Amino acid sequence: MKITDTFRYASDAATGTPLRTGLLILAMSIGVAAVVILTALGDGARRYVVGEFSAIGSNLVIVLPGRSETRGFNPANLLTSTPRDLTVDDAAALLRLPGVQRISPILIATTEINATGKLREAMLLGTNDEFVRVRQLKMGLGRFLSKDEVGHGSAEVVLGALIRQEIFGAENPLGKTVRIGDRRLRVVGVLSEGGRGMGMTTDELVIVPVATAQAMLNSNTLFRILVEARSREQIGEVKARVLKMITQRHEGEEDVTVITQDAVLQTFDKILNVLTLGVAGIAAISLAVAGILVMNVMLVSVTQRTGEIGLLKALGATSAAVRQLFMVEAVLLSLTGGLLGTTLGYLGAAILRHLYPTFPAYPPLWAVLAGLGTALASGLIFGVMPARRAAQLDPIQALSKR
Amino acid sequence: MPDDAESLIQLNGIDRTFTLGDSQVHALRNVNLNINRGEYIAVMGPSGSGKSTLLNLIGLLDRADAGTYQLEGRDVTTLDPNEQAKVRSERIGFIFQSFHLVPRLTAAANIELPLTLSGMPSAERAKRVSQALKEYGLTDRAHHRPNELSGGQRQRVAIARATILRPAVLLADEPTGNLDRVTGEEVVKLLEALNAQGMTLIVVTHDQALGARARRQIRMDDGGIVSDVTKSPDAATPGIVTPNIAPTNLATPDSVTPDLAT
Repeated sequence: MKITDTFRYASDAATGTPLRTGLLILAMSIGVAAVVILTALGDGARRYVVGEFSAIGSNLVIVLPGRSETRGFNPANLLTSTPRDLTVDDAAALLRLPGVQRISPILIATTEINATGKLREAMLLGTNDEFVRVRQLKMGLGRFLSKDEVGHGSAEVVLGALIRQEIFGAENPLGKTVRIGDRRLRVVGVLSEGGRGMGMTTDELVIVPVATAQAMLNSNTLFRILVEARSREQIGEVKARVLKMITQRHEGEEDVTVITQDAVLQTFDKILNVLTLGVAGIAAISLAVAGILVMNVMLVSVTQRTGEIGLLKALGATSAAVRQLFMVEAVLLSLTGGLLGTTLGYLGAAILRHLYPTFPAYPPLWAVLAGLGTALASGLIFGVMPARRAAQLDPIQALSKR
Repeated sequence: MPDDAESLIQLNGIDRTFTLGDSQVHALRNVNLNINRGEYIAVMGPSGSGKSTLLNLIGLLDRADAGTYQLEGRDVTTLDPNEQAKVRSERIGFIFQSFHLVPRLTAAANIELPLTLSGMPSAERAKRVSQALKEYGLTDRAHHRPNELSGGQRQRVAIARATILRPAVLLADEPTGNLDRVTGEEVVKLLEALNAQGMTLIVVTHDQALGARARRQIRMDDGGIVSDVTKSPDAATPGIVTPNIAPTNLATPDSVTPDLAT
């Protein structure tokens, strides 16, 4: 029997029982779609987190005030109090270390911005002129903060895109004066839209020189110091030097935590990859169930078509030909289910992306291939038994059964 | 046994035993039979007499436990299953009481089935099928499914399917069993016409009237041939018994085992 005829006969046989075939394909496609969507979710989560962390810049070493006992990134880092402040002088000292390219001190507070008769709450960020390069931000209008040689702070402010939009609308804000807290500052630039990183958007920031911010807040301490190493290879050395320098400056007490972006990235990458594999495994169970369903349906099909099998043998079909017919049918069923499931999965992922545009829910290729492969394999494996049973039927008994 | 050049089927000392539970049933016991090319044979006998087993055996659907079966001078008892399938495909046509059409396939597709199974190219298949549809008067029924056909049409489809590869022997198991008298008569005439063209026809039947039409009538009981009568070709002098029956096949009353009296 020609292979094309085998395929046609098998697909005829499958479409001959539309309800059963439809349900089977549905079950198989749900299994495959589950794999595709769940891995898209897992991998999307990984991409999202990794994206958030890489968005804050590259080759970064981050200095946090306070000591973390676990020597890793930990939410407690954000809460622990510190005996000694991290100061602008600490930051300046770090810039002199070998291997350090740039330094950016960070001070954060909530504040109010007031201009053109409008008042809005905003996130105040005090930093230096290097911040725009360390964080790899883009300017929408004007320029970033100028270099503050004397450390007194100038009356300049850079606005986030959303703040500018809401305060000034389409008007050009450059050169205009805004009131932030009790100070009047001149707008020198606007950040371009869409900057993100570490769970906050730059669209709602107002950025002022660090000295200005400290004066406004009447505070001497920094929230973070971002240190950019000259190259990826130097990150480790820079981290050690930064820690040593701060310890020296703080009278021998190691009261800061230094984390590298790389380490955080790798940890999240690993955790979320395992998570993705985990959900893929759970979804694969539904595929296995679908595979058993294929076997079940094919066994029923063999029983129902006993007479037909006997007839095929009487007409000169070899056992191998009969076996092939049933195998091809099982494979066709599961492959159709697999392809439909992949389509459904991609559709589901697209809907997810539509609903949550910032969440990159793209199914990874390996998961799609694995889903299809598992569908095909389950068709082959679970098709063997029914096909063998069909091939081994005694034609006389098969024919006499009606 | 006569062994002339025209011999198509030769059975020698065929035994076939089934095990039912813990009892042994002799479906065929030491059957010797010679069938020549072009014969028209009716095999008759009560249920369980072994006539269907004989037909299955000739059709290579069943294997003998003992004895030899030669088809067209070739010993087919020792062939492996795939070779037997090939012989079935090319040399043997089956017709069943319940037609055994594939319900989801059209009449044309049912007729095409043996050609498909034999791996014939589809252009050639289409030609042969349309030829067969024309010969059997089924052209306007070609795209109907079996459940849209009458009983007579179904059996004609089945006969077209059985004969499309021009087999040497046509095996019919109660071909009129599911048909009314008029349709049955048409079907029998069709089979007889095929026989007249030279196809060997073996009909298994309960129907005495149908059996009586055959030139050679074989009666079976308890797995053995009890009578083998060939009418003379001259229809005016029917019923002449020719001694082409092996003495071993003549059953004696005490050889009837109770487990066969179903």
